[in-house]
Amino acid sequence: MTSAAAETPFRRIASDFADSRIAVFGLALLGLIVLMAIAAPLISPQNPYDLAQLDVVDGRLPPGSVSADGATFWLGTDDQGRDMLSAIFYGLRISLSVGVASTVLALALGLALGLTAAYFGGKIETLIMRIADIQLSFPAILIALILLAVLGQGMLKIIAALVAVQWAYYARTVRSAALVEKRREYVEAARCLALTPARIVFRHILPNCLPPLIVVATVQVAAAIALEATLSFLGLGLPITEPSLGLLIANGYQYLLSGKYWISFFPGIALLLTIFSINLVADQLRDVINPRLQR
Amino acid sequence: MLVYVIRRSLQALLVMFVMSILVFVGVYAIGNPIDILINPLADQIEREHAIAALGLDQPMWTQYAKFLAGALHGDLGRSFVHSTPALGLILERMPATLELALIAMLIAILLGIPLGLWAGLKPHSIAGRSIMAGSILGFSLPTFWVGLMLIMVFSVMLGWLPSNGRGPTKDFFGVPVSFLSLEGWRHLILPAINLALFKLALLIRLTRSGTREALLQDYVKFARAKGLSNARVIGVHVLRNILIPIVTIIGLEFGSVIAFAIVTESVFAWPGMGKLLIDSINLLDRPVIVAYLLITVFMFIVINLLVDLLYSMLDPRVRMADSKG
Repeated sequence: MTSAAAETPFRRIASDFADSRIAVFGLALLGLIVLMAIAAPLISPQNPYDLAQLDVVDGRLPPGSVSADGATFWLGTDDQGRDMLSAIFYGLRISLSVGVASTVLALALGLALGLTAAYFGGKIETLIMRIADIQLSFPAILIALILLAVLGQGMLKIIAALVAVQWAYYARTVRSAALVEKRREYVEAARCLALTPARIVFRHILPNCLPPLIVVATVQVAAAIALEATLSFLGLGLPITEPSLGLLIANGYQYLLSGKYWISFFPGIALLLTIFSINLVADQLRDVINPRLQR
Repeated sequence: MLVYVIRRSLQALLVMFVMSILVFVGVYAIGNPIDILINPLADQIEREHAIAALGLDQPMWTQYAKFLAGALHGDLGRSFVHSTPALGLILERMPATLELALIAMLIAILLGIPLGLWAGLKPHSIAGRSIMAGSILGFSLPTFWVGLMLIMVFSVMLGWLPSNGRGPTKDFFGVPVSFLSLEGWRHLILPAINLALFKLALLIRLTRSGTREALLQDYVKFARAKGLSNARVIGVHVLRNILIPIVTIIGLEFGSVIAFAIVTESVFAWPGMGKLLIDSINLLDRPVIVAYLLITVFMFIVINLLVDLLYSMLDPRVRMADSKG
């Protein structure tokens, strides 16, 4: 392999990405957070949802306290004597899975609708894009709130609500990219070869629409995690049996006024670092992938 | 221009109509209103009487027609919890939300535009970089958690400001407001800052990128070549040109500030319509939920319409494109 062939798009993007030290820091931080979420059962000092391991005597201890049986609660405990550090590891798991699951599903839905609109045009396009336009003129939180007020609580319901508020971003992005690609010569060539529409759309147009979608998807994972936390905080998201970071923060709200800050403070820091690291990565990806800024 | 106004207004009416169907079906048809509206201890005959009295035995479209006719006369039903008309309940809470949203927007504008201008003029200075890093942080901070932390620092630890409620209000042309008294400001300032933070970050980024682009334009170079003072080049030539998109965004974002007030009001127990919505959802007070949604949708449609019309006045190309398509 010659050195010119080694210059793949992926390598170029990776090396451009590494130019920003703060973005690399963001990526490292994000990797660490994902690792903590995946390894939660292995690294947590206790299983925070195994009632046998909890002791009410240990309730609301400040950070650094030592429990009755000698374990140290580095980040304090909540009202039921649950170690906050363990609760945060488990909460990260739930928050991240809801964020990623809803983004992947919304991406698939938006992609399908956006490509359909761009490829077929006409009335189908007008209908899909009008719905997307109307939906995007309302803030995401309002639409998610309406849906959850109707649907009720639950993991699947909140994922459904997040997909419903997010698909329009992808549909719009992929449509505008696909409209440009559709007029390119390689698509015309593929048509002359009498390839099926499905093959042209998925094998020829779609790969060329991916760069802007990757940027939108990165930003939307952060937005989905933040929105889920907000809805759970308001009591409309996940049920108490699946405590995401938002619910942990809500749980500490009532103790905040008596100065027991740690129950809300540390889950909030975990949430903030997660969203912040994703946004740092997205910011640099936007610059690296944007063809207008390519050197 | 008149054709454009009429077209856009008809579109807005259509959206409003579709939304009213969605809200009605969502809130009244999904889930069983009978279980919530009727005393669970009632026997079969009492239940049937109550169902007939509420009109729940009618076909769906008859129920919707009744609901729509009522809505057009300003009757959105009575709150189950407060036993007063739902519309009145929302309108009563509206000034508190609008006041909070206006003050938050003012904070975002008065800080965001100067900071964004500074970051745009000196993008590589330490101050410029710090402002940008701060704005990414502002985007990443979850609003509700920042609210809690503001309460923790300023109410619990320092004890300077109250943590909840609106405090005493004074009448301003018959509308109760907080901003006329010092005590009112003490209650207002934390929720307003909380609500402003996200929009502040947005305005900083917008103003910065606008400034950076404007500085490369020929008319700015020409103004400098004429020997105009730096203050005049920036104040008149740069600022005036970047203000058009910023004004549009401010208009559009005002609606989202009202929606996000739901979160801030819940954290600070601010007696606005957002907190009323959350309380109503928790108590299954359906008429109030419907009234809130319809009023908010109406406000959004009006705001979007006004911004569109304003934009078409500022930029005739928008109008041309729309009437052709």
